[in-house]
Amino acid sequence: MARVGVFVCHCGENIARTVDVQAVAAALGELPGVVHACEYKYMCSDPGQSLIKQAIQDQRLDRVVVAACSPHMHEKTFRKAAAAAGLNPFLAEMANIREHCSWIHEDRAAATAKAIALGATLVEKVKHNRPLSPIRIPIERRALVIGGGIAGIQAALDIADGGREVVLVEKDPSIGGHMSQLSETFPTLDCSQCILTPRMVEVYQHPRIKLVTYAEVESVEGYIGNFKVTIRQKARSVDPDKCNGCGECQQACAQQKIPSEFDQGLGKRSAIYVPFPQAVPNIPVIDRKSCSLFRGRAKKAKKDACRKCADACGRQAIDFDQQDTFFTEQVGAIVIATGYQLYSIGKEQPAGLSGYGEYGYGQIPDVIDGLQFERLASASGPTAGRILRPSDGKEPRTIVFLQCVGSRDPQKGMEYCSKICCMYVAKHTMLYHHKVHGGRAYVFYMDIRATGKGYDEFTRRAIEENGAIYLRGRVSRMYRDGDVIRVHGMDTLSGEPVVIAADMVVLATAMRSQPGIDALAQKLSVSYDRHGFINEAHPKLRPVETNTAGVFVAGACQAPRDIPDSVAMASATASKILGLFSAEELEREPTVARIDPMTCIGCLQCARVCAYGAITERAITDRQGNVVRVVADVNQGVCQGCGTCQATCPSKTPELEGFTDEQVYAAINAL
Amino acid sequence: MSKSTQPSTPSSAPGDVAFEPRLTAFVCNWCTYTGADLAGTSRLQMAANVRIIRLPCTGRIDPLFVVKAFERGADGVIVSGCHPADCHYTAGNYHARRRFAVLQELLTFLGVEPERLTFSWVSASEGAKWADVVNGATERVRAVGPFAAYRALVADALPADELQPAARGGAPRATTATEERA
Repeated sequence: MARVGVFVCHCGENIARTVDVQAVAAALGELPGVVHACEYKYMCSDPGQSLIKQAIQDQRLDRVVVAACSPHMHEKTFRKAAAAAGLNPFLAEMANIREHCSWIHEDRAAATAKAIALGATLVEKVKHNRPLSPIRIPIERRALVIGGGIAGIQAALDIADGGREVVLVEKDPSIGGHMSQLSETFPTLDCSQCILTPRMVEVYQHPRIKLVTYAEVESVEGYIGNFKVTIRQKARSVDPDKCNGCGECQQACAQQKIPSEFDQGLGKRSAIYVPFPQAVPNIPVIDRKSCSLFRGRAKKAKKDACRKCADACGRQAIDFDQQDTFFTEQVGAIVIATGYQLYSIGKEQPAGLSGYGEYGYGQIPDVIDGLQFERLASASGPTAGRILRPSDGKEPRTIVFLQCVGSRDPQKGMEYCSKICCMYVAKHTMLYHHKVHGGRAYVFYMDIRATGKGYDEFTRRAIEENGAIYLRGRVSRMYRDGDVIRVHGMDTLSGEPVVIAADMVVLATAMRSQPGIDALAQKLSVSYDRHGFINEAHPKLRPVETNTAGVFVAGACQAPRDIPDSVAMASATASKILGLFSAEELEREPTVARIDPMTCIGCLQCARVCAYGAITERAITDRQGNVVRVVADVNQGVCQGCGTCQATCPSKTPELEGFTDEQVYAAINAL
Repeated sequence: MSKSTQPSTPSSAPGDVAFEPRLTAFVCNWCTYTGADLAGTSRLQMAANVRIIRLPCTGRIDPLFVVKAFERGADGVIVSGCHPADCHYTAGNYHARRRFAVLQELLTFLGVEPERLTFSWVSASEGAKWADVVNGATERVRAVGPFAAYRALVADALPADELQPAARGGAPRATTATEERA
C-alpha cells in the first residue's frame, strides 16, 4: 500500500477564501493510502516546503500530492522539494485548486466539493506513479548551419568562436546572401559589403568552420545531439583544390551574356562564373544550363562544342566530368538560416499568386524591384553605382517608389507586413537624392512603420532633409506613355487623385520564404506556416527554437526580418547551441513512451502516427538469428511524450510515462 | 473512497430541477489546460461542474477514457486541445479530431445524446473561450438531464453493491476496482 501525503495550500487567501481548505485536507486524508494530510498558508514558501520534506521523512511517505496552484506554476518547485527529501521527484503530483477552482467559483460549498474531487483524482493517480530518472543522451558537439547569408554567417562564427565545430552549407557558389547585394544599409548608410565581406573571409579562414558552398542538405536522420546529415555537393565542374581564383576562365568563356543572378538580371555574367568579385570562396562554377559544352553534350553531340575555359586554365582545374557527390556529417544541433526571396510579380508568378499585373513589372523595363535598385545604387553594381534606368541608360529625373506591393494585402498578395520595405524605401530616396541632384522622389505608402532604433529619425530625415515626397495612398495603374511611365495613384490625405510622369518606378515587393523551404522543413520535421516561414517553438519565450528539439531558426526564414534582427536571432541560436553543447550528455524529462516487446503485436500503427519518427521497427531473432517477429521500438531521444501512440495502439502496449493508462483510469475512477 | 470524499455536487433524479450535472474534461497540457489557467488568473467565473483531467496532448486521449468517464457516472464529457496547426506535438490534435469524429457518431448511434460530448479547441490565450465552453457544455448537459442509460443497461448484469455508485441519491460512489488496486 502506498503511503501518500496530501498538502493543501491556502495560497494566502487566494484558495482559502472560496475553498474550505481544512475540509479538503480532512476529506483527502480519509482516502485509502493517504497517511498524512495537512494544510498550510503558503506551501511554496520555504517553511511550506520544509513541511513537505519533514513529512516525507517522518511519515515515510512514498507519494506526495500538493493541492495548490497550477502545475505550470510550481510543479518543478514541489518535485524539487520531494527530491530534496529523498523521494523520486516523479512521485509528486499537483492538484490545481486555484486557477481551476477557487479563482473561478464563488459558491464555497461547490468550490470545496470540486477541490476535493480534483485532489482525489491526483491521489488516485499518484498511487500508480513510478519513480523515473532523467534520460541521458550523448551529444555530438558540432553544429550544422544551413544558409550562408548574414544570419548563417553570424551563427556559424558565434558557435565556432565559442569553441565548437560548425559545418556551414550554402546552396549558391558563394556565401553572403542577400546582404552582399545591398548597396548601403539603413539607418546608418554603412556600405553593406564593407561590413559583410570581412565576416565572410572570417568564416572562410576560421579553423573550426567547415564551409561547404554549392551544396544542399539531402537528408537528415536522428535527433537532438545526434543528427546524421547527408549533404549533396553539387558538381562545380572546377576542382577547388587546384583553382587559384585567377579569373582567366571567365574571360575566356564564349558565353558572356547570361543575366547575372547577383545583379538581379541587370548585369551579365559568363557561363563559368563567380557570382561577384568578393565571393567566398573565390572559386568559379560552371552553370551547366548555359555552358555550350554541356548543352552540346545534352544534345548528344559527338564533339565538345567549346573548351575555352579549360584551355585558359593554367592549373588544369576545370573538370567537365565532375559529378554530384554525397557525404555525411554528424552534428548535435542544426540552425536553419535560409533567408528569403522577393515576391516576383512579373508575368510568371509563383503558384497560387497572380496579382499586380497593373504595375507592368516584367513588361515595362523601367519598373524594377527593390533589390534591382540596390544593384543600381551599389558601387560594385552593373552601373558602378550610378542610378540609370535599364531601358535607355538615362538618369531618371522623377522616380516613384511603391511600398507594400504584395504585403498587407489579403486579397491579392500576402496579408503580413514585410517589415523592411518602409526603411529601405526611405534609404532608396536618400541614395537617389545623393546621386541624382535635383531629382524628385515620390513614395506611395500605406503607413510608415519605422520601429527600430534610429529608424523613425531616419525616415524623417528622408522626408525633411532629403526632400522625398510621401503620398499616403495606393497606385491603381501604371503604363508607358512615350518616354515616361504614367503613375495613377491617390493621395488619401488630400483626397486628390495623383498622376505622376515618372522616369522610373521601384516596387517594394513582399518578402517571401525561399522556394523549397517546405521540402527542407519536412526533412527536419519542423513546422512552417502557410506562407512557408518556419514556425518558432513559442512566439515569445522560445523564438529561435523550433518544435523539433535541437533544430533552431535564425533570420528571414522565420518571418520578414531586417539585418539587426537576423543577427540577433543568429547569436541567440548560437548561445542556445553553446548552452546545449556545454554538457557531454543531454538530460531529458523521462516522460516519454515505452513499449513492452512482450505485448507488442508489431502492427506499427504507432510508428505511422508518430509525428517525430521516434518509433521504428525492431526485429526479434531466435538463437540462430532467424527473425521471429517484429516489434515497435521507441527512441527515447526522439520521443517528445505526446502519447498519440498509446491512444492509437490496438494492444495498448505503449505506456507514456507519467500518463499511463493505469494512472489515467485511476484518475477517472476517482471522479 | 470514503463518504467524505464524495464530491457533493447535488445529484438527483432525472427531471429534478436541482439536477447538477457532472462533467469530466480531458484537456491537453499546452493549450487548453493553460487556457483554463488563464481563465483562473483572469478570475472568469464559470460553472463548477467540470473536473479537468490533464493529459500531455489530445492525441493521448483514448476514446475509452470518454467511455470510462460515462461509465463512472459523468453526465457529460469535454475534450479540448490546441487549435488545428497549433499542436505542441505537431499533429496530435489531428489524430484526436479523427478519432472523436468517429466516437461522436458511435455514441450517437448507441443512443448517447450528442449534447453530452463537447469537442473544442481552446488555445492558451483563450481563457474566456474556455469559460464559454464550460458554461455551454454544462447547460447542454443540464438540459438533457442525468446520464442514466448506461446504468440502466447494465443494471441486471451487476450485483447491487456494484451498482451503488450510479444511484443518484448522494450515496457514496464507491470505487471498488480502484480500492482493490490501491
